[in-house]
Amino acid sequence: MGEENKAYSSLSHWISGDGPDSEIVMSSRIRLARNLKDFVYPNIADTESRKKVSEAVKDALTSEDLCLHYIQMSDLPELERELLVEKHLVSPIHAENGTGKDVFIDDKESISIMVNEEDHIRLQVLKPGMQLNKAWEIASEIDDRLEQKLDFAFSERWGYLTACPTNVGTGLRASVMVHLPALNFTNNAAKLLSAVSRLGLAIRGLYGEGSESIGNIYQISNQVTLGHTEMDIIENLNSVTSEIINQEKKAREGLMNDIKVKDRIRRSYGVLRYAYQISSEEAMNLISHVRLGIDMGIINDVDPRVLGELMILIRPAHIQKIHGRELDIVERDIKRAELIQNRLSI
Amino acid sequence: MNCQRCNIRKATVHLTKIVNNEKTEAYLCEECARETGQLPFSGGNPFAFQNLLQGILSPELDSFEQYQQKLECDKCGLSYRDFTQKGLFGCANCYDTFSEQIEPIFKRVHGNTLHNGKVPGRRGGTLRIKREIEELREEMQRAVFCEDFEKAAEIRDKIKELEEKEKKQKQG
Repeated sequence: MGEENKAYSSLSHWISGDGPDSEIVMSSRIRLARNLKDFVYPNIADTESRKKVSEAVKDALTSEDLCLHYIQMSDLPELERELLVEKHLVSPIHAENGTGKDVFIDDKESISIMVNEEDHIRLQVLKPGMQLNKAWEIASEIDDRLEQKLDFAFSERWGYLTACPTNVGTGLRASVMVHLPALNFTNNAAKLLSAVSRLGLAIRGLYGEGSESIGNIYQISNQVTLGHTEMDIIENLNSVTSEIINQEKKAREGLMNDIKVKDRIRRSYGVLRYAYQISSEEAMNLISHVRLGIDMGIINDVDPRVLGELMILIRPAHIQKIHGRELDIVERDIKRAELIQNRLSI
Repeated sequence: MNCQRCNIRKATVHLTKIVNNEKTEAYLCEECARETGQLPFSGGNPFAFQNLLQGILSPELDSFEQYQQKLECDKCGLSYRDFTQKGLFGCANCYDTFSEQIEPIFKRVHGNTLHNGKVPGRRGGTLRIKREIEELREEMQRAVFCEDFEKAAEIRDKIKELEEKEKKQKQG
């Protein structure tokens, strides 16, 4: 139990905190891609070149008073690297083996700076709820400070020169993670997806590119990075997201008297409370229903932050970390059910 | 027509195989085709950006395109062919080397070919000043429109100052 408590307290601020519109928007994220002009990009760089980049970025960051923890990915055992992936602090590719891969993380785990990922620098700021502008302010400030020390690859014509042409220009990827159970219940999610993609935005499942929606959670982000200002990109995402929030709210109102939906919600709650074993996918879908039940006033004895917390905690590396050892799939499913029951009774 | 393998689902894949000059035909449903490894798209995401890029940029080659494929960045050694296959640049210099070729890609991906966002303070060169001048010009026009000529004159002087600064930076 002691171990478990430690795991709860080790949750990132962005997932356990509350923010504006957190009923529907779970988190906001800003990511900037930057490269150093004098070094070849990580996809073709040799060990020595990667190390030099790593040193240069480290020097620049430690001279600034940003209070970041410096982590060399190669120093971490696989399980710890997986934990960082599950917390959305590093990308899955960054957790794979390779030299010169670093990450800088702040105490609240809302800032993460990956070094030698696809680009030399991937700076990310995560905030709970709908806070893209705030996240952008922080990211831009860190970017300014880095730029004082480092020569970024930049051209007047094409802006920041990134490794992949899909990031060139601003190097900005702004995204929000939204929970849309009612739109899914009313079969409107598919329509939403196609509408969103016509507005220059991409929509994906919880675990990134190509993944399907699990637990009714979607990530929406800008696709175009060249030719618009950062503010235009962020405002576009802000306005589309607030429209999605409206639609989801309306759909929820429409479900208020739907007996079948109420029944589904209560049944989902029952399964979560009493299952002996549960896969993470099933758990996510049921947790989503419970969260909807809380928001709609159907379930009253559960903390609404449960969905966000459990979304991270029930993933394989976290379950294993909490139990202090490797677990096979069957053991994990059993421990996952236990963990959820403990959390729901707090 | 139903799938010849499972006989349940509709056959949507028509397969023609020629092995040792012997032609065999099969009509399968998508699932059976995938299970028997007959469907080429089963592995990976065929619509990953890199693959699409490869499709856009590797049509049948004429001599000019062959020349393009051989084009190579003199700083990192990445060839244009490598770039189209990986979808990643090797260094900042690649952008200059492949400038003619990538402009249409940017147009396709972003609908734009000119950066309009943030400019780094130190390495932005004169771009920062240019932007500032543009903004001041707009402001000046507004002032003129509102017949606030005193303010317009002030702004005009500021613009002149900035233009001087821009000239100096270009020379230095």
